[in-house]
Amino acid sequence: MHPNEKIEYDTIESLVKENSTVLDLGCGSGELMEILTEKKKARCQGIEIDEEKVYACVRRGLSVFLGDLDSGLEDYEDQTFDYVILNQSLQELKEPDEVLQDAFRVGKKVIVGIPNFAYYRSRALLCFRGVAPHAPSQPQPWYETPNLTVITIKDFLTYIKTKNYKILKEYYFNNSRRIQLWPNIFATRALFVLERK
Amino acid sequence: MTETEEVSNTAESAGIVETQYYRYNPLPGTFLMENGQSLPYIDVAYETFGVLSPLKDNAILIAHAFSGDAHAAGYHENDKKPGWWDNMIGPGKAFDTNRFFIICSNVVGGCQGTTGPCSVNPEIGVPYGLSFPLVTIRDMVEVQHSLVRYLGIEKLHSVAGGSMGGMQVLQWMASYPDKVKSAILIATAAKHSSQQIAFNEVGRQAIMSDPNWNNGQYYQGASPAVGLALARMVGHITYMSDQSMEKKFGRKQKSEKNPLKFAANFEVEGYLHYRGTSFVKRFDANAYLYISKAMDLFDLAGDEPLHNVFRGASFKVLVISFKSDWLYPSYQSLDIVRACKLAGLATSYVEIDAKYGHDSFLVETEKESQLISHFLNKVE
Repeated sequence: MHPNEKIEYDTIESLVKENSTVLDLGCGSGELMEILTEKKKARCQGIEIDEEKVYACVRRGLSVFLGDLDSGLEDYEDQTFDYVILNQSLQELKEPDEVLQDAFRVGKKVIVGIPNFAYYRSRALLCFRGVAPHAPSQPQPWYETPNLTVITIKDFLTYIKTKNYKILKEYYFNNSRRIQLWPNIFATRALFVLERK
Repeated sequence: MTETEEVSNTAESAGIVETQYYRYNPLPGTFLMENGQSLPYIDVAYETFGVLSPLKDNAILIAHAFSGDAHAAGYHENDKKPGWWDNMIGPGKAFDTNRFFIICSNVVGGCQGTTGPCSVNPEIGVPYGLSFPLVTIRDMVEVQHSLVRYLGIEKLHSVAGGSMGGMQVLQWMASYPDKVKSAILIATAAKHSSQQIAFNEVGRQAIMSDPNWNNGQYYQGASPAVGLALARMVGHITYMSDQSMEKKFGRKQKSEKNPLKFAANFEVEGYLHYRGTSFVKRFDANAYLYISKAMDLFDLAGDEPLHNVFRGASFKVLVISFKSDWLYPSYQSLDIVRACKLAGLATSYVEIDAKYGHDSFLVETEKESQLISHFLNKVE
């Protein structure tokens, strides 16, 4: 686990009710699913594109599919899961809007974690140094990043508004601290609990 | 049960094993084959590896593929070649015999010890031949179930199998959902596609057009070896991939060419001939017809949606397919995965990036081993 992810995992753990059903899209090596399974007795299902990470999930005894999020959700019936989680995977999708729509279809609540490319240091990278901004949590250069989209907190809030989704809870983090003030400038990551209106 | 003598040259193997026999002798009228006919009894050839725990809760049933048999691992006395899945079954291997008690039995309708068309019909004293009832995957599973009960096992830790073995696993999931804690399905399908049936039909026609086949009555004379070898040649092509054949044979030709016009000078030709003729020594042509037909007839859900078959079950499922397998392509595994998802089963699925086509599950076993051993560790 990346040390900065702990606060997000703790937050998500506090949000998920006991015995819930959870679909984790882009579940990585399954750390979060393991936490939710052990501490919340959640029934979790993950989808992950990286073969090695899928093996790690199986090693943890978790249920996981090797597959592409852009095509993985059509099989599920409406409202199958109490929560669908997209933690730091939205920016890696080809069709983020379609995946989110599907997530709202199969999940009663959707938990989305995003990096914030409008963080002041990322802004400075572009503004003063003339290099493409990268999220502090994802320092890879442009030719190695898994990200397909550059996204900011403001972008996401605008998107939520236009799509008529409802924000139930919002959390902003700077590395491992929670912050309140001017998140689009000072937060490195954000976490939302969302619902269909 | 199993003789597990420590033999130095078979270290890390399941050791020396012996095929055992059990006679399934149901009360008259209690066991009917799926087609309605009955058999007086069925002898079942099986092998076991590892030790059954006092609670009898560590048993795993391995279902073999089309041409497999009960000899899944270890060595028979004075034999140089180990069982067909020896790289997967043994101490410390994917199916770890230090922990698990592994059972593998030859299917009914087969020809490697379990009653099949080449067995003698006790009522008339000659081999059954085509009077043997049509066999289905469900019949195979019924016989396995009776063996498991005979061994005193209430619930299996897992049922696992590739190809036709996977079909039997599916049938276990449908027929005995409460008797399995987990299921491992490898390179398999809930029903054959038109293409799969087509290849099997070519094999059957090769056998039936051999004059020696004689409507299945050849046990007193020459066997339809040419037809059976030809059937196996076609089969073998479908088990490999373009890439694995290219790597193994390319366009290589024998250095000393046979001057005959159409001699098998390409290495791939020689290989197929070798595979065909060696198959004839161990396989019965009628069994080929019966078993290949059982696969073609298998259709677990029929007209129902597949997920209905698994509703209410609670076993864990692992589904594995292989990227280069064009005989049992991944979409067929995904159909199974989808049904498991909809039935709410805890399911994992991986398409392994393997190069050896359908044969990958037998030969390219590194990742498959990892997945299976980790999966089995977490089945409770």
